[in-house]
Amino acid sequence: MSKITDAREAVMVGRRSDGTLVRRPLSPHLQAYDMMQMTSALSITHRITGTLWSIGLVFLVWWLVAAASGEASFNGAQWFFGSFFGVVGLMGLTAVAWYHTLAGVRHLYWDSGRGFDLPTTYLTGRAVLIGTAALTALTWLIMLITWI
Amino acid sequence: MAAPTIRSLRSPLGRVRGLGAAKGGTHHWWLQRVTSVALLPLTIWLVFSLARMPDATWQQATAWIGRPFNAVLLLAFLAAAFHHMAYGLQEVVEDYVRGELAKVGALLALKGACFLLWLSATLAVLRIAI
Repeated sequence: MSKITDAREAVMVGRRSDGTLVRRPLSPHLQAYDMMQMTSALSITHRITGTLWSIGLVFLVWWLVAAASGEASFNGAQWFFGSFFGVVGLMGLTAVAWYHTLAGVRHLYWDSGRGFDLPTTYLTGRAVLIGTAALTALTWLIMLITWI
Repeated sequence: MAAPTIRSLRSPLGRVRGLGAAKGGTHHWWLQRVTSVALLPLTIWLVFSLARMPDATWQQATAWIGRPFNAVLLLAFLAAAFHHMAYGLQEVVEDYVRGELAKVGALLALKGACFLLWLSATLAVLRIAI
C-alpha cells in the first residue's frame, strides 16, 4: 500500500478478506463503464449543463448591471444578445437551462428513494430529453412571437 | 513494514449518523436540494418572462425590473441561483482539480467570483427598484 497523497483517497480505502488494506476502485470509471449508455450520458450531461449555465448567470448579471448603469450600456448589452453569436448562445443556454432543470427534478425524484429500477430510469431519462426539446421550442416560440 | 491499522472503533455508519468530527454532515448536499427546489418555480418564471421581452427598450426593461413583484423574485432568484452555482461548481472543482494548493486556490477564486457577481446583480436590481 503506497502512501496516500490526496485527501480524497482516505475514504477510498477498503480491506481484503485477509485483512490487508486495499485502494477501492473509483466509480463510475471511464475505463470500466460504457459512457455511451443513456444513463451515464445523461448523468455527465447534467454536470456539463450545470457548469454551462453559469455562463447564462453571468449574462444575466451583465444585462442587469447594464440596465442599472444607463441607457447606453443597456443598448450595448442588447446589441450583443441580438447579434448572431448572442442569439445562438442564448438558444443553446435555453436548452441547457431546461435540461438542467428537468434532470434536477429527476434527481429530486431519486432523492425520495424512487425510480431506480432500469425501466423507470430509461422512462424518466427519455422524459427529460423530450421535455427539454419541448420547453426549448416553446420558449423560442414565445420569444419569436413577441419579437415579430 | 507494519500494516496500517484503522484506529477508530466506530463503524462508518455510526460516524455518519453522528455527523462526523466536523458536525457538517449533509449540510452541502441538503442546501443544494433546498436551493434547487426554490429555483424550480423561479427559473420557470424568469425564463418565460425574459422570453417575452427580446426587443425591450431601456425604459421598458427598467420598468419591468423595478416593479416590486419582479424585483423581489429577481433578488430571490439571484440569491438561490448563485448559492446553487457556487455549491455545484465546488463539487466539480473538488472532483477534477488535483493537488491541494490548486484546489483550494480554485475554490477561493470560485467563491469570490460568485459572491461578487451576486452582489453586482443584486445592487443593480435594488438601484433600479428603489
